[in-house]
Amino acid sequence: MSLDAQSPDHTAKTHAMDISALGRTAGQRRLEDEDIAIEVRDLDLFYGQKQALYGVNMQIARKRVTAFIGPSGCGKSTLLRCFNRMNDLVDGCSIKGEIVLDGTNIFERSVDITDLRRRVGMVFQKPNPFPKSIYENVAYGLRLQGVNKKRVLDEVVEKSLRRAALWDEVKDRLHESALGLSGGQQQRLVIARAVAVEPEVLLLDEPASALDPISTLKIEELIYELKDKYTIAIVTHNMQQAARVSDYTAFMFMGELVEFGDTDSIFTNPAKKQTEDYITGRYG
Amino acid sequence: MKKEDYTHHISQQFNTELETLRTHLMEMGGLVEKQLADAISALVDGDSGLAAEVLRMEPKINALEVLIDDECQRILAKRQPAASDLRLILAVSKSTADLERIGDESAKIAKMAINLAEEGASPSGYVEARHIGTLVRRMVHDTLDAFARFDAGKAVQVARSDKEVDGEYKSAMRALVTFMMEDPRSISRVLSVMWSLRALERIGDHARNVSEQVIYLVKGKDVRHTPLDEVEEKIVRG
Repeated sequence: MSLDAQSPDHTAKTHAMDISALGRTAGQRRLEDEDIAIEVRDLDLFYGQKQALYGVNMQIARKRVTAFIGPSGCGKSTLLRCFNRMNDLVDGCSIKGEIVLDGTNIFERSVDITDLRRRVGMVFQKPNPFPKSIYENVAYGLRLQGVNKKRVLDEVVEKSLRRAALWDEVKDRLHESALGLSGGQQQRLVIARAVAVEPEVLLLDEPASALDPISTLKIEELIYELKDKYTIAIVTHNMQQAARVSDYTAFMFMGELVEFGDTDSIFTNPAKKQTEDYITGRYG
Repeated sequence: MKKEDYTHHISQQFNTELETLRTHLMEMGGLVEKQLADAISALVDGDSGLAAEVLRMEPKINALEVLIDDECQRILAKRQPAASDLRLILAVSKSTADLERIGDESAKIAKMAINLAEEGASPSGYVEARHIGTLVRRMVHDTLDAFARFDAGKAVQVARSDKEVDGEYKSAMRALVTFMMEDPRSISRVLSVMWSLRALERIGDHARNVSEQVIYLVKGKDVRHTPLDEVEEKIVRG
């Protein structure tokens, strides 16, 4: 009778296969392994006398989704708007620090802001299609660039609508008004309009908060598909949405970046108590 | 992660749900502890009445397992818990499975106690059963205590005790095998004791599993299938 067979020894090295050999869990990522698209360095932002961002340092990985979460007024939308210099439009807004996009500080004088905004597209909370046809909404950016060939426009419009998962729903009414679309469709149209000019980065400021749950899921599915081609930064109040769509999550509070890390870690074992309290719905 | 954090959700209803879950787990744990203590007493004292009582109580533990899993399922579906809340639900859900198995193993011991009472007591093995039983009871008690207090340090101690139980079990087996070789007429009865010891050793493993869930809950680290010194290092670093 073999005694050992009945006596499991827990200290034995039975785990011959290291877990890392099994590959990382789907979705779990490490910033060190990523190609960095945007680097934020010591960013301070003031609206007049009031400071809205305090010394933010972070990296946005290329072709990944980075989510920004935090309570209202924490500075997440403000930070997002910095990436394509939307804050330039705000009176009394001043910025210190750098945002480096592909090796260039976007705040340098030499940066052409129109070109920057083509490269860094933005979608807002409320769908804002132009009061034009579906087709013209998508073609708008290209027309601005001087593209007028019908064949080229047709091609881009179809490709962009397909990419925004809207083509099948609107292909028979491309020349009808975009305002006749549902909210969810309008939001996907706006995304199609943004991707038509081939941006590198897409900024989404609460893109689904005005939509019903099914339209929201469609937008989330779309985000998942779009990250094959684009670097995406999304601000959301819906924490489960951040958990579902993003690879990295930044938690902001009172203008500071409190914690930034891979989404799996943030949502299963955050390092900071403040983050924990926020994502689990506790008062600190 | 501290225990009192569970009462700090903005949603009072969520606080209540988590508190109820914890209460039910502790209730189940208390019941399992009693079953184990009674089963050991029934065995070493040859008390078949007490053994029958253990068997009678067993379905209650099974029912608690089902109830707790149902609560976990509802909380997951309704609240989408994250971070420590999520870890609490997962730790509770996995621990109930181990507690239920401890209940099963205790019932096995009770059955052996009844067999032995009918066949006439075994000539050997009770000292070992009492000794290992005491160790294992302490493990179960301490792991539940660690769960109740969110005490990862105590959970590590439980894991360490499991090594001791395994060692004691091995030497008890050796002694009983020798005994059976010397006196083949005792084989049937000594085997009943051996099965009981085996059940106690398994209970030690289940207690260790629960203690690993406590470490996961408190520290967010998965220490299953990890050698003890590495576990300790993880706890210290965390």
